Amino acid sequence: MTDEVILQVKDLKTFFTVDEGVVKAVDGVSFDLRKGETLGIVGESGSGKSVTNLSIINMIPSPPGKIVGGEVLFQGKDLVRMPLSELQKIRGNKIAMIFQDPMTCLNPFLRVSTQMEETIILHQGLSKAEAKAKAIDMLKLAGIPAPEKRIEQYPHQFSGGMRQRVMIAMGLSCNPEILIADEPTSALDVTIQAQILELIQDLTKRLGTAVILITHSLGVVAGMCDTLCVMYAGRVVERGPTGDLFEDPKHPYTQGLIRSVPRLDRKSADRLYSIPGQPPNVIDLPDCCPFYPRCEKAKDVCKRKYPKITDFGNGRKVACWLYAEEDGRAAEEK
Amino acid sequence: MAEHEVLLDVRGLKMHFPVGGGLFAKKGYIYAVDDVNFQIKKGETLGLVGESGCGKSTTARAIAQLYKPTAGEVLLKGKDLTKLNPDELIGMRQNMQMVFQDPYASLNPRMTSGDIIAEPLRIYQKRGLLKMDAAERNERVEALMERVGLSRFFRNRYPHEFSGGQRQRIGIARALALKPELVLCDEAVSALDVSIQAQILNLFKDLQDEFGLTYLFIAHDLAVIQYISTRVAVMYLGEIVEISGSADLYKKPLHPYTEALLSAAPIPDPKIEAKRQRIILTGDVPSPDRQRPGCSFYDRCPKHMDVCLSNKPKLNTTDEGHHVACFLYHKPGEK
Repeated sequence: MTDEVILQVKDLKTFFTVDEGVVKAVDGVSFDLRKGETLGIVGESGSGKSVTNLSIINMIPSPPGKIVGGEVLFQGKDLVRMPLSELQKIRGNKIAMIFQDPMTCLNPFLRVSTQMEETIILHQGLSKAEAKAKAIDMLKLAGIPAPEKRIEQYPHQFSGGMRQRVMIAMGLSCNPEILIADEPTSALDVTIQAQILELIQDLTKRLGTAVILITHSLGVVAGMCDTLCVMYAGRVVERGPTGDLFEDPKHPYTQGLIRSVPRLDRKSADRLYSIPGQPPNVIDLPDCCPFYPRCEKAKDVCKRKYPKITDFGNGRKVACWLYAEEDGRAAEEK
Repeated sequence: MAEHEVLLDVRGLKMHFPVGGGLFAKKGYIYAVDDVNFQIKKGETLGLVGESGCGKSTTARAIAQLYKPTAGEVLLKGKDLTKLNPDELIGMRQNMQMVFQDPYASLNPRMTSGDIIAEPLRIYQKRGLLKMDAAERNERVEALMERVGLSRFFRNRYPHEFSGGQRQRIGIARALALKPELVLCDEAVSALDVSIQAQILNLFKDLQDEFGLTYLFIAHDLAVIQYISTRVAVMYLGEIVEISGSADLYKKPLHPYTEALLSAAPIPDPKIEAKRQRIILTGDVPSPDRQRPGCSFYDRCPKHMDVCLSNKPKLNTTDEGHHVACFLYHKPGEK
């Protein structure tokens, strides 16, 4: 990991207009991704993790969705406002994506070879034979036994773990700068999950690829990520280096999340800590802290205004009124 | 939990599903559950853990007689459920209810939450197994709703008006309506988000203390199983490979599969994760479409020996209450 920032997301806003109102799926998300870094985005269902990442490569289904504000700077260019023809040279080439369910992402009618070669021929301008050789190499790297034979098979002939390996091989086949992995292991069993995570870690380290890993599992990010963004109701409530964030979570939501996971390594207490209440309905959310109805430390100001972001240095940023004061001065750290 | 009465006794349970057998296809079987034996004592929670396709859910459904088991006995309070006629079975089912994984698929979208919870009561009333008038029934439904953390004013709402966690609460209230002794929870918290999962797990524990419930708790998440269970059974390819007290199993896993499973599960602490040595298994869970002469874990086992290929290890007692099916722990000369 170096200090060179390759992707900058600034105040990104993606809204969906539905019959009931406006869903602010992503509402002012900012983060930086450095070369070779693994960034984790954690949050519960509906917190805007996946929409954030679809917005980065500008793949929001429109209508109903629309990126209404902010910018995504990749190598100095804004992906949000880029013409489609230019964007297509980046998608799948410089920025690749792998998804949760590899069965729905692979075309069931086409052989794996056809699907893999397509990307390589398009982006790297290789001949069909060269592309095939490259695809076989990638499958071998991804740990698929007998890749020469397997490449001629159809997706249904692979198991879930093997399909995810194909997706990873396909994603990395053009040596992308960034790999976006959206819940890559959530559909897999624990032992297969361990295999796949190790593969992603190993390959991206070798190729120098930066990774954005989206997941709801705190266990997965703890082992994989250098930095973390915690999302709640479309906003990043806390971000910072993984170690610091686990050791000293600042936002009450992060604190609650970490405490409510049952852990293998300790004798569990008699009762688990649990955050009371339900995640908010994101339709027409008022401009206050979305977590305040569930927050133990909520103050009066939390109901009125969205919290200012407090910078703790070392990349730690927290959006909570506990650490900020309304008039602009930062509150003293307790 | 002073009583040590055995509530559920599963003996030699087998569930084989026929597949193929069409015009050209060869007839075969999926050996989903193959010779499973265990007991659950009153008031305890047996956690059943394993990867997808290992037969956890099939075991629960075969116990509930939702599938007719191919072979074996399921004794609930000493009565063999597999030999009962349908009327007797309904009578016995009062003692045994189920909570399902998907709170979206397991609730009828056309019924209100109140009706869903009242349905078991209605069925038993109709069959004359339960005496209760409409007012009593309403009262019971409302009491159940409040007990699982839903306001009684929600009784006229439909499932789609509830969040996932709330729906699971409706499913739990329905399971408790008949005051069962045994509740089979099939991945009851797997579909829920972390913060809601903790709420529901706590609810299960509270209900157990209050009503003296016994659980068969199925999950694939080892940390969840550890939290909720008094004893844990690990399944692989239709068989139980290890069964032991929860604390004992997590501290001292014996079967190589249990070891690998525990080491593969991520721990939400970066410091611990950085230091951990993982046992990464190669390959996938094989298809349960044939019976193997040897140990079913042979292909993936890092410690396999010659004896494992052609002989099937039996569940052997090592310590008090710790049973493992692995030749590593057999005494020399024993097969």
